[in-house]
Amino acid sequence: MNNKGFQVRVEGSDKVITCRENEPLLIAMERQGYARIPVGCRKGGCGVCKIRVTTGEFEVGKMSVKHVSEKERNENFSLACKTFPKSDLKFSLIKLKGKAINIGALGIDRKN
Amino acid sequence: MALSGVLRPGFVQIRVLDMAESIIHYRDRIGLDVVSTEDDGRVYLKAYDEFDRHSIVLRECDEAGLDMMAFKVSSEAFLDEYEEKLRADGFEVTPIAAGEQPGVGRRISFVAPTGHRFDLYVEMELSDNGPMTNNPDICQQDQRGMKAIRFDHCLLYGTDLDGTKKVFEEILGFSTAEVVVDDDTGMIIALFLTCSNKAHDLAIVRHEEDDKLHHVSFLVEDWNAIGEAADIMTRYDISRDIGPTRHGITRGQTIYFFDPSGNRNEVFAGGYHFYPDNPLRVWKASSVGKAIFYYERELNDRFMTVVT
Repeated sequence: MNNKGFQVRVEGSDKVITCRENEPLLIAMERQGYARIPVGCRKGGCGVCKIRVTTGEFEVGKMSVKHVSEKERNENFSLACKTFPKSDLKFSLIKLKGKAINIGALGIDRKN
Repeated sequence: MALSGVLRPGFVQIRVLDMAESIIHYRDRIGLDVVSTEDDGRVYLKAYDEFDRHSIVLRECDEAGLDMMAFKVSSEAFLDEYEEKLRADGFEVTPIAAGEQPGVGRRISFVAPTGHRFDLYVEMELSDNGPMTNNPDICQQDQRGMKAIRFDHCLLYGTDLDGTKKVFEEILGFSTAEVVVDDDTGMIIALFLTCSNKAHDLAIVRHEEDDKLHHVSFLVEDWNAIGEAADIMTRYDISRDIGPTRHGITRGQTIYFFDPSGNRNEVFAGGYHFYPDNPLRVWKASSVGKAIFYYERELNDRFMTVVT
């Protein structure tokens, strides 16, 4: 890591997000106005910011096993709000099933 | 006594991922007092203006969410009546022995059609740190954090909203104060139930998954207290959802935020008084933005989709 932090990219995107040491990935993305990831509770409980790290080192904080099981953790699934990059990193976004059914009923367009 | 049967929301048991962080949040930020920590690890808390022993129970778990919401009932006779009616309606009613939570009498427990567990009980010990009753001061001690007055209500998400509505109205004697309905079909999307003079004691939103918690709400004094709560959220880097703002529904002034496990909390003030003869207030889904957030007049995606 240099003083610019870790360089983080979403698979398929050229946009570089800079993540400070000990900064959750999601917070780094929010701070830099990166709108593609859903931001939920930011605390590991709701699961909407689920990702899979494809390259790079990271540590995780506590998160609901309902959203990231032990098996998934071993396969580098995580929640962005509880993912702390320890190197430059690439990841993909995981679209959750079973969310937002009532959005259509409420007449709101869900922005992806 | 005019108010009988189910009196009010009594307590909730919340699952948290990290107890130490959660105690800081609920005690130092929201301002509850820790009543006791029991051998099984559960931590019991109460707000300063509550007479009963506890209102918030934290249980450490590897998954966030709500274990159960419990309502206090005015007499054993009502408790027996509810048990009988629930059974007659096909619900499995589980008795829970006195003392399963410290200071709490026997409970009955059932799972509502939206998948949520609700408990009913009559007895809870009075707190030795509750509101004064003899020439009472406003409070017995200096307040902390957001100065929550009491645990007030929950908003829960689940599929069979109509089923839960029926149980609460027909068996437990609640009234529906407000609804949000689909413009075309009239299907209820959101439901605001009250057992008291409050605009809501329990709210339910129709959702694909059962047994979900949207938020646990605490009453604060006024609009200024909500501003002070917002100051605390930024100062201590608490994850904020939305607000300060106001609801069209209930007219409450509000701010939403998350506990360290991602369970949503609200502190709110105001709102109208409800009487059982009030006509039902109805919002069409096409106006739901104003119904939920009266100033923004639009919903944020997070409010509708993020639950634990």
